[in-house]
Amino acid sequence: MRNYENVITAYIIMLLLIICVGLFQSWSIALTILNYCLISAVMTIGANMQWGYAGLINFGIMGYTALGGLAVVLVSVEPVKKAWQAGGLNILLSMWVIIIMVISIRFILKKFNKTKTRSLGILSILIFGIYLIRSTATPGIEAIEAVDPARYGFLGGLGLPVLLSWIVGAFFAAGLALIVGKIALGLRADYLAIATLLIAEIVVSIIKHEEWLARGVKNVIGLKRPAPYEIDLQRSEWFIKIVEKINLGKLNLIQSISDRQDALKQMVIDASSIYVKLCFTGLFLSVVIILLIITQKALYSPWGRKMRAIRDNEEAASAMGKNIVKEHLLIFVLGSAIVGLAGAMMVTNDGLFTPGSYRPMRYTFVIWVMVIVGGTGNNFGAILGGFVVWFLWVEAAPIALFLINIFTAHLPATHGLKVHLIESAPYFRFLLIGIGLLMIMRYRPQGIIPEKIIKQ
Amino acid sequence: MMDILNALTVLINFTVIPALTYGSQLALGAIFVTLIYAVLRFANFATGDMMSFGTMFAVLLTYYFQTTGINFGFLPTALLTIPFAIIAMIIYMLLIDKFVFSYYRIKKSPPVQFAMVSVGVMFVTQAIIRIIIGPSDRRFIDGEKFILKANEFKEITGLNEGITLKSSQAITVILTLIIVSIMFWFLNKTKTGKSMRAYSDNEDLALLSGIDPKKVVMITWIIAGILATIGGVLYGLDKSYRPFVYFNNMLPIFAAAIVGGIGNPFGAFLGGYVIAFAEIFLTYSYKKFIMYVLPEAFAPDTMVQAISTDYKFAVSFSILVIVLLIRPSGIFKGKTI
Amino acid sequence: MAFFEGIKMTAGYGDGPDIISSCNINVNRGEIVAILGPNGAGKTTAMKAMLGLITLKSGSVCLDGEDISKTSPQDRVKKGISFVPQTRNVFAELTVRENLEIGGFLREDGLEGMIKNIYELFPILNEKQSQIVGQLSGGQRQQVALGRALMSEPSVLMLDEPTAGVSPIVMDELFEHIIKVKKTNVAIIMVEQNAKQALNISDRGYVLVTGKNKFEGSGNQLLTDPEVRRSFLGG
Repeated sequence: MRNYENVITAYIIMLLLIICVGLFQSWSIALTILNYCLISAVMTIGANMQWGYAGLINFGIMGYTALGGLAVVLVSVEPVKKAWQAGGLNILLSMWVIIIMVISIRFILKKFNKTKTRSLGILSILIFGIYLIRSTATPGIEAIEAVDPARYGFLGGLGLPVLLSWIVGAFFAAGLALIVGKIALGLRADYLAIATLLIAEIVVSIIKHEEWLARGVKNVIGLKRPAPYEIDLQRSEWFIKIVEKINLGKLNLIQSISDRQDALKQMVIDASSIYVKLCFTGLFLSVVIILLIITQKALYSPWGRKMRAIRDNEEAASAMGKNIVKEHLLIFVLGSAIVGLAGAMMVTNDGLFTPGSYRPMRYTFVIWVMVIVGGTGNNFGAILGGFVVWFLWVEAAPIALFLINIFTAHLPATHGLKVHLIESAPYFRFLLIGIGLLMIMRYRPQGIIPEKIIKQ
Repeated sequence: MMDILNALTVLINFTVIPALTYGSQLALGAIFVTLIYAVLRFANFATGDMMSFGTMFAVLLTYYFQTTGINFGFLPTALLTIPFAIIAMIIYMLLIDKFVFSYYRIKKSPPVQFAMVSVGVMFVTQAIIRIIIGPSDRRFIDGEKFILKANEFKEITGLNEGITLKSSQAITVILTLIIVSIMFWFLNKTKTGKSMRAYSDNEDLALLSGIDPKKVVMITWIIAGILATIGGVLYGLDKSYRPFVYFNNMLPIFAAAIVGGIGNPFGAFLGGYVIAFAEIFLTYSYKKFIMYVLPEAFAPDTMVQAISTDYKFAVSFSILVIVLLIRPSGIFKGKTI
Repeated sequence: MAFFEGIKMTAGYGDGPDIISSCNINVNRGEIVAILGPNGAGKTTAMKAMLGLITLKSGSVCLDGEDISKTSPQDRVKKGISFVPQTRNVFAELTVRENLEIGGFLREDGLEGMIKNIYELFPILNEKQSQIVGQLSGGQRQQVALGRALMSEPSVLMLDEPTAGVSPIVMDELFEHIIKVKKTNVAIIMVEQNAKQALNISDRGYVLVTGKNKFEGSGNQLLTDPEVRRSFLGG
């Protein structure tokens, strides 16, 4: 067990930091950070599978996260009947056209040898197909987007429980990863990074601009939750009683009844938000623990050893008869599925889907920093990386503000430099993350928790 | 006859001129990416932000010059600031190289590690830029806005359609051609340029021939700094300067560099135009053009647009994916300079 | 005292075992010395040690009486030692002429004259001067490699298997070229697999076995030595 000492210490420090936020800022903020830390941890588990187990660079994390989020909308939102009536048929028809196109092109590719005629045939199928899709879909899309555009203007979802969408999100991401993997996995490492990043950009731009699908940049708000709503809690007897009981000491200090009533009301409001967040924390924590158990088992199974063998020496592994392409594809799909799951979790947590917010900085590069900082190739490291980096990402601005105030204390409040620095406090997070990454890569390239320590 | 001329005018005004301008800006960025790749052997994810860094200096100096009343006649003041911006940029790049990249070069780290390090540099550069100048959108062009206005063109030629030529567009294309020609002359005709190409082709043999690797690396950063700054300033003059947009520009620039064959500067140069023309031709609405070319009876009632402008970026990325699939070494065969 | 000599060289890669131990090799100007031996005997290692690509654990390397054991390969190049590696020995993406220019990178003057000399030595290079080297045949590439190495007017030329992978006819041609180079008063050391042919043109030869000098002598001596014939020259 000696090996685990470092890990446990690191996690305890992390927990203490979050508790500090609870004490000095507020418990609500602390829980928000904790929830996001857990979501980030799921993402890093996924990314770490690809990078740490197999050495694949996937800079397309953003795309899989967005697909996971899309799944939440498509699964949990109630269907918009009017929109289906207005244009659902057209959309279904064009889906069929796409399926038929794909099947026929695959058929041609398989049956005929590479000739000019074949290429021409495929090209004409493509052009004709696109023409067909556009002519069937366009009126449908226009009709759908015209249905109450302020609230709907999209087809809605299936109206199923939101937790189901987490699984669907994982499948969506896995499906995309399968296609991307088939296209790009043969590429050199840095080409793969660029290609995956660009494909993710394409995916996000489709989600952003196809408004009939999920309202695009107009966002979907008020998504279902797997936890109670604050308003309902604030009205329920049992909840108020519990809050009263916990805070009895404080409440008893207040003399006037109306003041006491007001104070209790405020406490209930605060407590309801914390209660909801705790529900999410519980859910996310279970996901992280389940994933950790599975991935940990996988990593030390014969399959995990095989993967690491492939990562460390591709040529030797392939000489020993391991099918590298297939294994890489598998791990690429699995890792992406986990990222998709995280994307769905995040949208559920926020209660809204904002395609415009999917940017490579936040959803690809920061996640990568988490993986590198935590320690590649081991799950405890990856999760810790998610925690540490997310914590810094959120707390960098307050810390920077604090430091700026100390260093410029001698300057008057209206001094240009001071004002400018205080205004730019939010950007110190980039500086902190960047320098952190460079430092880790230089002085501790194995990450905070190196792979070796975990190895039995 | 008139109709055909009108149709061509429409096409030139709305596709050719913007594509040439945009292509030039991409080309400069793509050559920057490709040079770093060829000599230092990694994909630089800090590309967009490095361009942004140089441009930031140009913007700040332009503001300063404007307040002190220095100007460049009918040309934008920003052009005067370029040499200073380049110097600042080169100093920054050399510092980054000394404190960050050189360590990994000496260790002979794999390209993947370099790429991750460049992500770190990207974060830091972005932070510095935002702390210094902030994230907002800035226009800094002054001087004459237009070389040719649509009305003037119509008066001169008697056509229904006009051509507008903004001075920023003309400056972009001309300056790009000058810079790129000088660079190719340098690479192909001078001793230092040849030593750079030799180093990029076969590092070990270059060392055995007495080429100093430190000097090659330094020269590469200097050229890269010049290209990045000029490319960034031209983009900013033509559109506007906003750090986030510059970061995003990294993606079409990568696309251009890879399409042209990464490591091959001439390919990158052409790749910039390939991407720009593809983006603009595929997202342009040909309605007006067709109305001139075809008889009235065939006048289209839709926009006649291959792909919606929303997907402008997606076009270039799709081209890249297709190129990677069919010809991973790029259209013009890459690898070395 | 020979012009260029390695004295009791012991060296290996990293912390690994010694590949060569107490190995002696020397060469004078205007002389061709062949290093022969079975695979893994340390021939290339001995040459790399003399160039400074690997550091000596003991022993020394002297050039014209000066101890250069501590100098870096780049500085040895500046002192007039030129090396042609076995593989990747040309700039494949540059033209023939550019290859020669890079070979003469350290020259301060006389570049044009030297290029002319190389063209006289290897007429085919004159013909192909503006072609990309990657498009040339194997034999022509080897000539470019030799030409590049000679551009710095070295006093010592080290060749690592100059005839590997070329046809017998081209091999003879290359050896003729090497003899021509020798006549310009250059000291030549070469590692060769084609032992017989190499000894035919060499003034002296060394046979290394497991990193030690096993036989040495003039080309003819070695060619006629029954033991050498039996073990290395195939009877």
